[in-house]
Amino acid sequence: MDQSALLAVLLTIVTASTPLLLAALGELVTERAGVLNLGVEGMMVMGAVAGFAAALTTGSPHLGILAAAAAGALLAVPFGVLTLNLVANQVATGLALTLLGLGLSGLIGERFVGQPGVRLQKLQIPGLTDIPFVGPLLFGQDILVYLSIVLAVVVSWVVFRSRTGLILRAVGDNHASAHALGYSVIRVRWAAVLFGGALSGLGGGYLSLAYTPQWIENMTAGRGWIALALVVFSSWLPSRLVIGAYLFGAVTILGFFVQGLGVGVPAQLLSSLPYIVTIAALVVISTRRGRARADTPACLGQPFVPDR
Amino acid sequence: MSASVTAEAGAGRGEAETSEFLVEARGIVKKFGAFTANDQVDLAIRPGEIHALLGENGAGKSTLVKMLYGSLQPTAGRIFWKGEPVVVTDPGRARDLGIGMVFQHFSLFEALSVTENIALALPNASDMNALAARIASVSRDYGLPLEPRATVADLSVGERQRIEIVRCLLQEPKLLIMDEPTAVLTPQEADQLFLTLERLASEGCAVLYISHRLEEVKRLCHASTILRHGKVVARVDPSKETAASLARLMVGADVHAIRPKHARVAGPTRLYVDQLDLPANGPFAVALQKVSLELRAGEILAIAGVAGNGQSELFDALSGERRVDRAGAVVIEGEPCGHLGVGERRELGAAFVPEERLGHGAVPAFRLSENVVLTRDSIFADAARRLLGFLDFRAADETAARVSSAYDVRKGKPDPEARSLSGGNLQKFVVGRELDRKPLVLVVNQPTWGVDAGAAALIRQALVDLAADGAGVLVISQDLDEIFEIADRIAVISRGALSPGYDAHVMTLEKVGLLMGGAHGGSEAIEGALKLREADGRAY
Ligand SMILES: Nc1ncnc2c1ncn2[C@@H]1O[C@H](COP(=O)(O)OP(=O)(O)OP(=O)(O)O)[C@@H](O)[C@H]1O
Ligand SMILES: [Mg+2]
Repeated sequence: MDQSALLAVLLTIVTASTPLLLAALGELVTERAGVLNLGVEGMMVMGAVAGFAAALTTGSPHLGILAAAAAGALLAVPFGVLTLNLVANQVATGLALTLLGLGLSGLIGERFVGQPGVRLQKLQIPGLTDIPFVGPLLFGQDILVYLSIVLAVVVSWVVFRSRTGLILRAVGDNHASAHALGYSVIRVRWAAVLFGGALSGLGGGYLSLAYTPQWIENMTAGRGWIALALVVFSSWLPSRLVIGAYLFGAVTILGFFVQGLGVGVPAQLLSSLPYIVTIAALVVISTRRGRARADTPACLGQPFVPDR
Repeated sequence: MSASVTAEAGAGRGEAETSEFLVEARGIVKKFGAFTANDQVDLAIRPGEIHALLGENGAGKSTLVKMLYGSLQPTAGRIFWKGEPVVVTDPGRARDLGIGMVFQHFSLFEALSVTENIALALPNASDMNALAARIASVSRDYGLPLEPRATVADLSVGERQRIEIVRCLLQEPKLLIMDEPTAVLTPQEADQLFLTLERLASEGCAVLYISHRLEEVKRLCHASTILRHGKVVARVDPSKETAASLARLMVGADVHAIRPKHARVAGPTRLYVDQLDLPANGPFAVALQKVSLELRAGEILAIAGVAGNGQSELFDALSGERRVDRAGAVVIEGEPCGHLGVGERRELGAAFVPEERLGHGAVPAFRLSENVVLTRDSIFADAARRLLGFLDFRAADETAARVSSAYDVRKGKPDPEARSLSGGNLQKFVVGRELDRKPLVLVVNQPTWGVDAGAAALIRQALVDLAADGAGVLVISQDLDEIFEIADRIAVISRGALSPGYDAHVMTLEKVGLLMGGAHGGSEAIEGALKLREADGRAY
């Protein structure tokens, strides 16, 4: 493989991994607060259509980014009302949210099908970006790629080092105790759900603004579910989430590449490879530690109703 | 100590008048469905007063203090804070007022460290390292030593109790509510706590203190309110009462002493533990080192020790929650079973009662009958049903009802969820559930945690009777009085090592203390216990 081909592959890996990382980071925060939102796919696809539409009508991909995040958070609102305030079942509500998102986005996006979109520009720093090979890889990405990495670091820091994160983990671990210590469980969970929605929306927006700047119905193609799985397999740790997302992106793209070379491997095997490799890798990481402790937030998926 | 408060203090005062009371509850009624847990309760506490709230299991003590703390809302009645009417809508509001509470069933976060658990209660704590250092030193001063970096999930109930207390003390509340804080502490830890409480009271902090240990109430408290069936039946100065008269007020009848059991006959070996090693399962956990013991039919072997010296680990290894590779390390009824799980050991005729009743001994959201099924599924269905996986819920209902009546489990409705039971009543239920099986081997950790004097006597009597009927009973307890009352042989666990079991009548408190020696505060524990005993006017 020559250098330019390798560069192309690496660049595609980054773009394939970024939406997964964004959506999964959001879901990680939501689940750390004890809320299981299975509507990631729906919020992503709403982000995709909203981002595309906003960028197309205003001509600004940056407004598209904002619209994508807003749309994701907006779709999380009914989820929050139903599961947090009305104590509906989180699993069922999340599944319904995915269906709602897919349907609604199809409806909204009908008139955008086939239209060329606005592409989010890649960074161009004179001097740095021009460095061969390393330049485009490190200094020539679009802002969402950098944002996703920065967010991973920030989320990791906030969750494990800040007081906000401590409260978030406390609410996810034992909501009754958190309530007894005077914290508003519902308010913390609302914030986490909205944050999760916004990041899922961003992940979706990345697809329609950077990955393939166009609108196709169901264009998230199951990435929301992968993001959900990544959260679990990373044991709710942002650092592992980065590894998992990039590993998944890498194996997917390498699969395409190998297929393109016409190697005689069954396509089905190649397309299942990312799942197998990612799961295997994350399982190995999480069992390597001295002792296996379930990192699952203990209250995950459980509705909170204070005693009266 | 301030002068004691006597009857009827606080009733019928004008609201506008500045109150001499820090907190006052008037006419509090609490109903759970048709069941009335609190009925027209009045309670008033002055600043600097240590006020005892007494009553038998299920009298409504926890319910009342939860309303003061805002975790429950009264059905009727009002609460006054410094003379002003307040509505304590939620615990956050209570904390703003300056109320701190130590819950009977702890409010801790298992996945978090001790430091993090405490930081959550201190809004201004930001530097975790500084806080950890402060916890280590302050907890030692309080006589309730904590390892700041340990994860709560790895800690025993006694250690968790210490965290709850230290966390509450660090909040510097104006009103400190303590719901049975000493039930799982050693005498020495309790002594230290009393010194701390007395100091806080002298600084003007009011303490509302719930306990079933009447001797400590007599020593510590300036005033008391006694509840029976949700109603206030008396307000007395506990220092002027005897433990027996207090108990009589609570129960409305005399509490009986344990019937002495007949002479022990050494029967066949029921449980045999041979050189059991168990690695520590965390950086702050205890490893068991070459633990050996033999439990014979007809005897009660008690294991004494300060919390956190390997009691939980020993219990886990005996019950099969943690298995060991060497089958012969644990032998039940002649069957090597070190490698077997809990269910398989039960089938050999063993029964186990863990120390943590809510969440470990019983599933909080399950009904009592469902909780019965959990430890006895195998006996319910006949072979055919069992093959198909059916459960016999009628038998479960009957068993739950039988246990409830035999062990006087008081509850609001016939088959309530485990979490709605009062602490002592749930304890009676989880112990009774295992006793009801008539096991050949019973391993029980803290059998009378939080049960009132009458019920404690009932449970101890049941343990003695079970042994007399030919079972082997292993009791792990921090309550030395209990141990001396029922045990035939006594062993002491210290830092994961178990002493030989000595005959109870050659064992003295001094000897127990020496054996505890390795552990922190071993000898002081004994001094504390001796002091308590002197105050008690009894001697061994
Ligand atoms: N959430 C609830 N739902 C229904 N009944 C309840 C609930 N909480 C408490 N009760 C009932 O109210 C009564 C009083 O309970 P409470 O916990 O106040 O007793 P307690 O005095 O603290 O007893 P203990 O000494 O055993 O802790 C009990 O009979 C209990 O079954
Ligand atoms: Mg209680």
